[in-house]
Amino acid sequence: MWRLLPRQIESMWTLFTAPVVWAVHFLACYVGAAIFCEKPHLLGGDFNTLRVGIVVLTVMALSMIVISALLAWRQWGFGTGDPPHGDPTRRDRQLFQGYATLLLSGLSFVAVIYTALPVLFITDCIR
Amino acid sequence: MSDVSEAGRDRAAQEAQLRAVWANPSGWRYWTSVNNTQVGLWYGSAAFAFMLFAGLLALLVRAQLAVPENDLISAELYNQAYTLHGTVMMFLFAVPIFEAVAIFLLPPMLGARELPFPRLGAFGFWSFFIGGVFVCGSIFFGAAPNSGWFMYPPLATSEQAGIGADIWLLGLSFIEVASLAAAVELIVGIMKCRAPGMRVNLMPLFAWYLLIVAGMIIFAFPPLIAGDLLFEMQRMFDWPFFDAARGGDPLLWQHLFWIFGHPEVYIIFLPAIALLAMIIPTFAGRPIVGYSWIVLAAVGTGFLSFGLWVHHMFATGLPQISLAFFSAASEAVAIPTAVQIFVFIATMLAGRVIFSIPMLFAMGGIAIFVMGGLTGVMVALVPFDWQAHDTYFIVAHLHYVLIGGMLFPIFAGLYYYYPLIDGKHMSERVGRLAFWLMFTGFNITFLPMHITGLRGMPRRVYTYPADIGWDWLNLLSTVGAVVLGIGMFAVVVDVTLHRRRKPKGEQNPWNAGTLEWVSEPEENWGVRSIPRIESRYPLWDQKDLARQVHAGEWYLPDAKEGRRETLVTSVLDAEPEQVLRVGGTSYVSIFCAATLGTVFIALTFKFWVVSLLAGAAFLAGVIYWLWTGTGEIPEKEEKDIGHGISLPLYASGVKSVGWWAMFITMSGDGTAFASLVFGYFFFWTRHEDFMVGLEGPGMFWPLVALALFAAAWAATVAARETNRRGGLGLSRVLLGAGVALSIAGCAAGLAGPWSYGMDPTQHVYPAVVWVLVIWAAVHGGVGIIMQLYCLARSIAGRLTARHDMELQNVTLYWHFMLVTALITFGVVGLFPEAL
Repeated sequence: MWRLLPRQIESMWTLFTAPVVWAVHFLACYVGAAIFCEKPHLLGGDFNTLRVGIVVLTVMALSMIVISALLAWRQWGFGTGDPPHGDPTRRDRQLFQGYATLLLSGLSFVAVIYTALPVLFITDCIR
Repeated sequence: MSDVSEAGRDRAAQEAQLRAVWANPSGWRYWTSVNNTQVGLWYGSAAFAFMLFAGLLALLVRAQLAVPENDLISAELYNQAYTLHGTVMMFLFAVPIFEAVAIFLLPPMLGARELPFPRLGAFGFWSFFIGGVFVCGSIFFGAAPNSGWFMYPPLATSEQAGIGADIWLLGLSFIEVASLAAAVELIVGIMKCRAPGMRVNLMPLFAWYLLIVAGMIIFAFPPLIAGDLLFEMQRMFDWPFFDAARGGDPLLWQHLFWIFGHPEVYIIFLPAIALLAMIIPTFAGRPIVGYSWIVLAAVGTGFLSFGLWVHHMFATGLPQISLAFFSAASEAVAIPTAVQIFVFIATMLAGRVIFSIPMLFAMGGIAIFVMGGLTGVMVALVPFDWQAHDTYFIVAHLHYVLIGGMLFPIFAGLYYYYPLIDGKHMSERVGRLAFWLMFTGFNITFLPMHITGLRGMPRRVYTYPADIGWDWLNLLSTVGAVVLGIGMFAVVVDVTLHRRRKPKGEQNPWNAGTLEWVSEPEENWGVRSIPRIESRYPLWDQKDLARQVHAGEWYLPDAKEGRRETLVTSVLDAEPEQVLRVGGTSYVSIFCAATLGTVFIALTFKFWVVSLLAGAAFLAGVIYWLWTGTGEIPEKEEKDIGHGISLPLYASGVKSVGWWAMFITMSGDGTAFASLVFGYFFFWTRHEDFMVGLEGPGMFWPLVALALFAAAWAATVAARETNRRGGLGLSRVLLGAGVALSIAGCAAGLAGPWSYGMDPTQHVYPAVVWVLVIWAAVHGGVGIIMQLYCLARSIAGRLTARHDMELQNVTLYWHFMLVTALITFGVVGLFPEAL
């Protein structure tokens, strides 16, 4: 299964993958709902269409975060070494990056679920 | 024996030379210094002075509210006092003080001689200082802003707001420029100027926090600048962006303001927590528990804080589904925030805590902040917020968050880092007294406000009747404010008077483990030599490091060529890459800040000619600055930094710090542009018929403009490539062609709305089209100046195939310009056709 994952990239930017997914998902939900409620005829469908749309987006976002978490777990050496990862070596730097990325994936996962929760309870564009 | 004395003489000579190179000018020329130590101190002192001024305004407000039906000050002065109090605290204290601390502390903490752009740092300080004096001074002429620190239209666009609103908009826009300049400096400094070996897993947590915060500034401040632009266009030229009668919408301002305003809260909070992350391990006598968790918390908070802005707008009638998204994110941000608090508690539990004055302030701050955080969780819930909105409950909440999350940690930092300024401690006795006065005074002031708010007292009222149960609560708050004020006054006395009493202490008096404590307060060079770092707490773990650094045994111990130099290292592993020559003492920073300040101040009073002349002088100053101070071709390729390492003196493209600065600046610029595009689509969603039957700019001119800008971009890229291959002549021709194409592009862009006679004062649709097109044209204009600059450098022989830093950076600018043109002309030209 691990062979299906892309090769490891050494970059500062990988740290931000999961939060960026959260941001894009959040923005898509907000903009989608805003346009739907202001211009109901433009997108067509009823409020349930919007809810289904957000659920689909959420599943996609969560999957991407899980992939990012898997990559991070691999970078963290599958959890073989414990923190603090404070040695002056390239390996410890990588382990640190992997661990921090994994933690951020966890936070982003929870935050995406938080964002999606309202569609369980709200059934209309009430103000 | 003679060898030893010779080595000693060598060392003394090295030191003397280094000292001379980094020396400040004397007399009045002292103020032209650009060294991070001086600029940091000025920045911090100015921010502190503004804070004391705003504190006095708060006491004035409290005095007016002490008893019911009071008429101590006029209603107009009251409005100005609370508006200026909020404005000054947020814009002139809370954000700048962290920039000040960062500019002062980061170089020694990272083991750098200096940040990469010292003149930019000085320019930022002077801009801040001029703008700050202008905004604060207005109250002495009865002309201060009076519509609250978030300046909501339609109140703030009305006649009633007076010139104060313009002072707010233009003065603060100017200060935002300073903040962005500091953010660029800090990001590049942290990513590229760390000591060799200081990998990202060994970086001091302060640097991690500051990196995140500076990144947040790049994305949070530009929406406000875009909002200021729209706002000022309405006030000056009657373009109806926020006028509902002509299709505008006051809510757009609220969106733009809070897209800035909420991340701002965390921009203020995170650096303060960063100070605690340095202080707590020192006094717990052990490394922090959960370094990676702190990084998680900093990055997580940084992102989530951008999804909170609508929680300031819960009462504006947005669809409930939208409110719910923001409510959810507001609850989620409590997770990373709490992680930091738990990390601190765990560190203290795992170590043996010494309760010094910095720790008192740190603990007091955390206790207050936790309480503010918990009321924050309450007001993040929409139904509760509807009850508490715009009442004193909110005033209590925000002061608990800001004073606990920011002011107390800053005082902790002041007591902790004071020995780095002049090698002396502040008074333990005064500190203890000040802390208890401030802590009790604060709680007596703000705890009752929760109840005052729940009893219905709205924010910003001038006075109130006696018989509705608010009177004794208000009196209590006023008494508390006086106690808080006395506590702060004690600290001021300590800072100003202690110099006469205290003997010099030893270096590193707290026995801290981080590298900033290696710096010598009486020296200006940052670090004597730049060490290789092998630990998060090098002074604890690398035995004898301080002595080796002071003895000049590490990298770059000299300045043989008489130039100010620091090391540039790689982003992840901090491997040495380049010796960077940084700018020294110069008038140019002050000159540019003064002329740019004149532009903004003259605009406030509508002195068009003065503004135009000052703008020309500013441009001339910037070009002189760049021409004489950057992109210099060094006299040799490489320099030996000791220990057998030789590094290049010149870098261009992605390896140069200038490229990073351009990239970061343009990311911020792109965010401002995105905010304007957001405005365009916001107006589209608000109207059944967006164009209300008015003429658009057509398709022809926008598409011609797009094609011309694309061609200008291609010419610039081709110029870079031919130059790199040695074709200097062809490269110059291509740059010239680029200039011609850009001029034609600007003209074609403006021709669209012009030829259809679109009147921007008639309705918001033509106004928003004009503003987008003008944005693109102005950026085209800047692109033209850059192309001409490269052309001139090439002709002057200062831009060659090997030394092409300027052209690389200008091409990067043009990548962003191409995207700007694509979006602008795509949106204004094609979107109306798609409707």
